[in-house]
Amino acid sequence: MEDNSARLFNDRLIRRLILALIVVVNVLIVGIVLALCVRSWPILDGTPLGRLLFSTEWHPSTGKFGLLTFIVGTFAVTAGAMLLAVPPCLLSAIYLSEYAPRWIRTLSAPLIDLLAGIPSVIYGLWGVLVIVPLVQDRIAPLFGVKSTGYSVLAAAVVLAVMIVPVLVHISVEVMKAVPRELREASLSLGATRWETVKHVVLRKSRSGLFAAGVLATSRALGETMAVLMVAGNYVFALPRTPFDQAYPLPALIANNYGEMLSMPHYEAALMAAALVLLLIVLIFNVTSQAILLRFARA
Amino acid sequence: MNRRSAEESIFKGLMGLSFLAILAALATIVGTVVWKGLPAMNWDMLTKTPSGGFYLGGSGGVLNAIVGSLYLAGGATVASSCLALPIVLGLNVYARRASRLVTFTRFSMDVLAGVPSIVFGAVGYVLMVALGLKASLLAGIIAVALLILPIMIKAMDEVVRLVPQEMAEASAALGATRLETAFLVVARQALPGLATAVLIAFGRGVGDAASVLFTAGFTDNIPDSLMSPAATLPLAVFFQLGSNLPEVQERAYAAALILMAMILIVSLVTRELSRRLSRHNVR
Repeated sequence: MEDNSARLFNDRLIRRLILALIVVVNVLIVGIVLALCVRSWPILDGTPLGRLLFSTEWHPSTGKFGLLTFIVGTFAVTAGAMLLAVPPCLLSAIYLSEYAPRWIRTLSAPLIDLLAGIPSVIYGLWGVLVIVPLVQDRIAPLFGVKSTGYSVLAAAVVLAVMIVPVLVHISVEVMKAVPRELREASLSLGATRWETVKHVVLRKSRSGLFAAGVLATSRALGETMAVLMVAGNYVFALPRTPFDQAYPLPALIANNYGEMLSMPHYEAALMAAALVLLLIVLIFNVTSQAILLRFARA
Repeated sequence: MNRRSAEESIFKGLMGLSFLAILAALATIVGTVVWKGLPAMNWDMLTKTPSGGFYLGGSGGVLNAIVGSLYLAGGATVASSCLALPIVLGLNVYARRASRLVTFTRFSMDVLAGVPSIVFGAVGYVLMVALGLKASLLAGIIAVALLILPIMIKAMDEVVRLVPQEMAEASAALGATRLETAFLVVARQALPGLATAVLIAFGRGVGDAASVLFTAGFTDNIPDSLMSPAATLPLAVFFQLGSNLPEVQERAYAAALILMAMILIVSLVTRELSRRLSRHNVR
């Protein structure tokens, strides 16, 4: 055996190092928030919070930085995406967890993984080539409106497809966690399969399903490139209908990085936008993780 | 009785439709990229960097972006593996099982994995300015490494957790230190999963655009050092799609096809690798 004291010394040294790394990775999120706070301080310091969050005036050249247009844009496209995505994803998850034969389950897993792995820019390209013309030529005329196609609706459709993997994956996991015996008890009482799903499986897994929805919302809120490419990014008005353009927060940040050094406070305002986005996303994200953690314990 | 079974069949029908709709969306995405990208594809796209007037329809290809993306994602993957592996082994071998620190770390990685990539881009930019760097390969690697770190830790943790406790105990009983147990026994048993985790993170790194927008810059040259700016494929797609010239837009489609192919290759290699490496595992 080689020198034992050296082995033990190494073990203790690495133990310390690893512990330090674990602590660092845990405070990383605090570091991110602080870094954004510091860089956006010139704006946070001078502007009342109400004016920053609830004013629609965005004139970087005169130093007016109201984020309301962008916050509303973010929530508009996200809400649209959730409305479009939740019903089909829930039904698909029920199908995959309760009805589908084994071969469909094994086949669908890599397909849904593929959907999760497709880069955001490709979703954006698909949006520009397929969804935007569809909205412009087919859907908007159906409602008797004129639209360029670059709209809340187009962004919502693209986002809806992007959050499918999160929604389906977590929902299936959550429903699979419902004990088999509960299903059997329900079936033996004469309930049909659908009644068992409705009254037992969904009831038992509703908090987990809710968490899946909240998590998907947080993903949709922060999605950048695809939304940037199809939402239209109109600064001067709030979207009133799904056919209007929207300008979500991530798009604002991504679009203006080139110009931010040219005007005073512009960079600080964009960093403040990133901070606001991060805090909104964190609220949703932490909520869903906390629910899922409790669900896993129960 | 009849109403009950009618309700069942209606919902079964709706479920089938929903599932098909999701598959159809996937098919139209892949289909659009292939159908638009193939006619625009040529050998020059893969083997040449942009020459003069490329963005006005001149000749050349996107080799700069292909190589840039590989360098960037490769560098970021190496950097975050060096942090992720010790952290995950620490959580599973050194720390007590289900201790507060372990639970909290898992929770905070879930939260960190949900931070939007544009925020990592902004933070990467802040770090870059603080370190006195310019937009460069190095700054891009830092931003992407931060982005994929929680993803990698989560994926590694999932597989290292499954290594039987008895293996670590057997190793300890033979006189191994925890360090030796962690890296020689636990990591070896989890190797297929670890490789998968690394490749998943690499795939995310290749595909992400928002985090490198501020930090990596964009250039027509292949980066020759960590300090030179680097082009990336997603940004090549994005910028060229924004052009008014159809020839340049065509190139965006071709670049998208290349990006899609890279992602597919990475995910196929992941599957194959994890199958091969798990042959020698203790089951």
